[in-house]
Amino acid sequence: MRWFWVDRFTEFVSGSHAKGIKNISLVEEAVDEYCPGYPFLPPTLIIEGMAQMGGILVAEHFLFDKRVVLAKVGRAVFHAPALTGTTLHYEVRLDAIQDDGGTVTSTSHCDGVLQAEIDLMFAFLDEGFLVQGPLFDPDDLKGMLQIMKFFSVAVDANGNRFPTYEKLDADPVGPSGTDRS
Amino acid sequence: MPSQDEIFSMVQEVLVDALGVDDDEVTREATLIDDLGAESIDFLDIVFKLEKAFGIQIPREELSPEDILTNSQYVQDGVVTADGLAELKKRMPWADLSDFEAEPKVQNFGNLLTVGDLCRYVDAKVND
Repeated sequence: MRWFWVDRFTEFVSGSHAKGIKNISLVEEAVDEYCPGYPFLPPTLIIEGMAQMGGILVAEHFLFDKRVVLAKVGRAVFHAPALTGTTLHYEVRLDAIQDDGGTVTSTSHCDGVLQAEIDLMFAFLDEGFLVQGPLFDPDDLKGMLQIMKFFSVAVDANGNRFPTYEKLDADPVGPSGTDRS
Repeated sequence: MPSQDEIFSMVQEVLVDALGVDDDEVTREATLIDDLGAESIDFLDIVFKLEKAFGIQIPREELSPEDILTNSQYVQDGVVTADGLAELKKRMPWADLSDFEAEPKVQNFGNLLTVGDLCRYVDAKVND
């Protein structure tokens, strides 16, 4: 099981916002088993989806050079259950950012109706705290972003499409000297 | 420019929001850690909320003078020296350091900050 709670990015503008979708299927264990007989996506997993998008929005601002963790759920209001067979449209906006962390505000809409409002705060782990080095293997993170179609829609801080990031290509030159990127 | 009462009211709102406390708990005398239960991560949240509420920038070292408290020039055997106290007063003129001066152990510094201190800090920033 992969812990992906966003199906794909539909828009990403560096330093500004990200949009994405989450389809809710009965085949997902968390949806089927959370409340037997009344399947819906648990609100905590909507927060997780927002945190994944928000974390990427914050991390990208620093070119994936910070060790970003979700530090606080400031506010989470749910207006309706996220039922099976529907699509949630997530929008996450960068609210504030500084050297120690960042905050985002986010919304979820279903069929054009506001479904949830969530404010999150992210912090950056000091180097060496908990683990050494990056929290993700750069290849894993890049793979996750590719699966979520991040690179297909992203616009970087300079307004460029199809951005590349040095930190996601930790070892761009393979053992044979051939460029793997 | 907001008045002192307006600043207190806005700071109170920030702390209620960030710490999940009741507004009547947020008195000027209340300490952020012992009385209001703030944890280290809450300070980042409070800084973000104050910056947004008042339209100010809060550099980390202004509210958290770690560089002084970890400097051997200002700390000996876990106690802040007279030079260190002078430096803290210079850095944090808005903070009431009188209790800390009585027993200036570094470990006592964490719970120094009160709501009133925070209001005076914001007042100094917005009326600068």
